[in-house]
Amino acid sequence: MESVLLIKGIIILVIFALSLGIAAYETYFERVIAAYIQDRVGPDRAGPHGILQPLADAGKLFFKEDFVPVMADKWLFIIGPGIAMFAALMSSAVIPFGDTLKIGDLLVPIQGMDVNIGVLWVFGVVAMGVYGMLIGGWASNNKYSLYGAIRAASQAISYEIALGLCLLAVILVTGSLSLREIATQQHGINWNVFYQPVGFILFFVCALAECNRTPFDLPETEAELVVGYMTEFGSMKMGLYMFAEYVNMFISSAIMASLYFGAYNYPGMDFVREFLIGKLGDTTGHNIATLLGTAVFFLKIFMFIFTFMWIRWTLPRFKYEQLMKLGWQWMVPLAMVNLVVMAVATLSGKPLLVAWLGMGGFLLLYYGGRSMYEKRFN
Amino acid sequence: MQLTNRSKKTDKSELSVVERTYLPGVFKGMAITLKHFFSPKPTIRYPEQKRYLGPVFRGHHILKRDEQGRERCTACGLCAVACPAEAISMVAAERVKGEEHLYREEKYAASYEINMLRCIFCGLCEEACPKQAVYLRHDKFVPVFTDRHDVIYGKDQLVEDMNDRYNREAWTKEDMARLWEKQNA
Repeated sequence: MESVLLIKGIIILVIFALSLGIAAYETYFERVIAAYIQDRVGPDRAGPHGILQPLADAGKLFFKEDFVPVMADKWLFIIGPGIAMFAALMSSAVIPFGDTLKIGDLLVPIQGMDVNIGVLWVFGVVAMGVYGMLIGGWASNNKYSLYGAIRAASQAISYEIALGLCLLAVILVTGSLSLREIATQQHGINWNVFYQPVGFILFFVCALAECNRTPFDLPETEAELVVGYMTEFGSMKMGLYMFAEYVNMFISSAIMASLYFGAYNYPGMDFVREFLIGKLGDTTGHNIATLLGTAVFFLKIFMFIFTFMWIRWTLPRFKYEQLMKLGWQWMVPLAMVNLVVMAVATLSGKPLLVAWLGMGGFLLLYYGGRSMYEKRFN
Repeated sequence: MQLTNRSKKTDKSELSVVERTYLPGVFKGMAITLKHFFSPKPTIRYPEQKRYLGPVFRGHHILKRDEQGRERCTACGLCAVACPAEAISMVAAERVKGEEHLYREEKYAASYEINMLRCIFCGLCEEACPKQAVYLRHDKFVPVFTDRHDVIYGKDQLVEDMNDRYNREAWTKEDMARLWEKQNA
């Protein structure tokens, strides 16, 4: 019992440190990717290739004046960034980072905790992150901050609907809310993205909106709202908000990878596992196979993070009315159709065929019909 | 009326249904940024990497020696007269017996000073010099000063080092014209 506690503790600590470390290096890679996309080379002065840049940034933030406006609600002003960071870090607890590790005769899953409502946990905690922004924006006693906070809240609420509907389609196929169960059912290359590509695209767009990333970074809009809910924040409080955002990006990439891209599963994993067990014995082989799966999972996560950044440095920001239109008039209905099609596909017994036929048929009918109609009557 | 026909007419027609999902535009844009992501970067990382500025760039001054290592300068003062910023000053001295290996002619500059804060790097001293003694190097800058005592450069900083002689592709305007023709041929 105690050894289980110890191992769990170590795993939780490692996941915690990893989330923070990856978030720190996301800031570096964001700048490098931005630079490369704009034909520059990016930060390269701090350490070889600038890899110490995040440390320098953090050091700078720590030494800046920790400022609280006079008329601000002091306690809420301090709690705001804390809640944002807390919520961001909490959601990594249920992500299945890998299969089981064999220690002695114990099988320990590489996961903070395996609750049977994993998906709900993520959504509950992520929704709490909105409180961080809302409280921070309100407590600043500044109209720009309040605007940013309200925008953040309404955007998060609007996109959570489409997000939830896409998620329902996944749960419908899996029949379980546990993220580990969802991951296990996508064994090999039996990934959900092949069954519901439209659901994945919708989920991806919603994840962008939930992370407040461009093109949905309206809560921050440097040009119109200064930086929205972060306007009055400085020093490490602002750093915590920024950090929470990057942690969120990591977590949402991890969730997308585990919901749609098969988490730690990769084609040929059974063969690799058998081979390693044959070569290295039961325990070592199993553990190495598991770690390989974890590495594959992180590769998928990094791919998503890269795509997030790639999108950020490509697309301009939406207007607020465009954002709402996209969310409510385009994504929510499409997510509903996706849900219905997936329901039919699951019942039909041939999920792959029916899902593609159904979704393809719908898109063809809708967009074909709409454009025919518009050509005729305009 | 158009001056050139390079400008593209903006398409202001209504978006079609597919275009209204923004997806075709998004993918087109992402293809462009990905292309730039992999394109070679034109950045020159300055302190480590330096651009070649050409054979006639005017940088750090140098007092040339001749092939036998004797100073060419005879302290005639023409450079000081030509200098529009009055940055050059010198003290002449007469060569004594036994110094023939140091100075080419009977008269030499006992001290030769250039005030680098006054110098505008116009190169008129180089053009004025009848003995081909003073030149502005094309491959070396005058570094940043951190102290006002570092501003005036004496002979110790200006006279050519025989172990590391200064050379360039074109010494005169005629050389340069020839080089230019060769490069453009």
